[in-house]
Amino acid sequence: MNILKLLDKLSDDKFFTKEASRLETLTSISAFGKKAAVASIPLGLGAIMTTPAKAADLTGGNTYKNTLTDALQLALVLEYLENEYYAMGLSTAGLIPNSDRTVFMQIAKHESAHVTFLKNTLTSLNVIPGAKPTFDFTAGGAFAPFTDYSQFLILAQAFEDTGVRAYKGQAGNVMSNKAVLQAALQIHSVEARHASQVRRMRANKGWIELADGGSMPAATNPVYAGEQNTVQAGFNTAAAFGAAAGSAAYDEILTGSDAQTIASLFIV
Amino acid sequence: MKKTINVSNQGATLDTGRRNFLKLSGVGLAIAGLALVGCDDNDAYDFMQTDVFDLGKGDVGVLNYAYALEQLEADFYTKVVNNFYSGISAAEKELFTDLYHHEVIHRDFFKAAISGATSNVLPTLEFQYPNVNFNDRNSVLATAKALEDTGVAAYNGAGKFITNPDYLVIAGKIVSVEARHASAIRNLINPGTAAFSGDDIIDNNGLDLAKEPKDIVMAAGGFIKTPFTWKEQGIG
Repeated sequence: MNILKLLDKLSDDKFFTKEASRLETLTSISAFGKKAAVASIPLGLGAIMTTPAKAADLTGGNTYKNTLTDALQLALVLEYLENEYYAMGLSTAGLIPNSDRTVFMQIAKHESAHVTFLKNTLTSLNVIPGAKPTFDFTAGGAFAPFTDYSQFLILAQAFEDTGVRAYKGQAGNVMSNKAVLQAALQIHSVEARHASQVRRMRANKGWIELADGGSMPAATNPVYAGEQNTVQAGFNTAAAFGAAAGSAAYDEILTGSDAQTIASLFIV
Repeated sequence: MKKTINVSNQGATLDTGRRNFLKLSGVGLAIAGLALVGCDDNDAYDFMQTDVFDLGKGDVGVLNYAYALEQLEADFYTKVVNNFYSGISAAEKELFTDLYHHEVIHRDFFKAAISGATSNVLPTLEFQYPNVNFNDRNSVLATAKALEDTGVAAYNGAGKFITNPDYLVIAGKIVSVEARHASAIRNLINPGTAAFSGDDIIDNNGLDLAKEPKDIVMAAGGFIKTPFTWKEQGIG
């Protein structure tokens, strides 16, 4: 079996640049009364999944908008989300037990730094960073993360696991700029550290086995959809120790479209 | 006759100054033998070129590099699970078994993937753990932490050398799992603290470590008995 030929085939299948149809993304989200507000994502992200690098696109102030900067704008939205979420959680009296505060202060510190870093990176690329969206962390009343600590942890886990997959899905879109790529990888692994810690605080393993988020509500299924994959470039990762181990040994990407959709659940 | 130089460096630790991510404070991990292949400081010595494997060029070199590090991790955890340290808890037994599974899967994946792409496949390396006490929890945890953090830093620093986007995605799928491992190990060592994603490795921009192959091979060299070169990256 020629692994390399199979790897070539993956790029033909738009492996990480597939733009899902609206219908597909809406029906793949467990409905809890709120339509995926894809339209509420700031301008520019709609073009995020074009495969070839776009030519410079003059769009009112965003002089050098392209696939790479779109990827950074998506990352920035996710960092805005995490940053505000943890800041709110830490400032909500009585929510986070003292014994857990150190962990969330460290995570919050990193997310805040990521926001700043991404904004600076976009600016250095002559692109205006997108504005922070207005977030609703209850997702239209489906969650109560700031009155119920167990729900705070659930969403924290969901956000971190989403972040890992979202960054991973954008790697190909930023690889043309080696400095940006390396920085994206360096943020991506921090999110993975966060995810592992939050998962373990919820009595889960630090890694994702099959598509099971681990005591997570059905509304978060999109965060874990596809994680059960046990074929990597034609190699059966389940052969040695079973599907749980094989699937856990690799984290899967999220397309920009799917990452947008998940984030949109929390954007007004 | 050209010979590989072995330097005994008793008492040296893996703390390479600013490269503190491999510092094993309190454990006293020492490098008993160092194959100098990874270091280019000595022009005066010749190396056994004909028998020393070179990782190769381009993406093949990067894949072989990843394969080498996964071999190391797989070898280490195999030893851990074949002789769990005394007093190990059920939870830690399960955790180390998972790590063993994942790294063996990674290793075997790279062997298959590289074999499908080239005949220049890194052979099975030999490893050594001169100052690791596999029967001591602290020693095993400290070594696991060093290896996982090294893996993360290596992948993060190697991404920019990959030209095939499919390979980049594969590397990305693996590095985040290594980071999950590292976080868990660090949390076991220092529970309830920020160590899982500590200030010793995450900078003021919130960025994790990224290290050049040269630095990684130098630092990990103490574990690797079998010499290899990666001339394209200035190693050996």
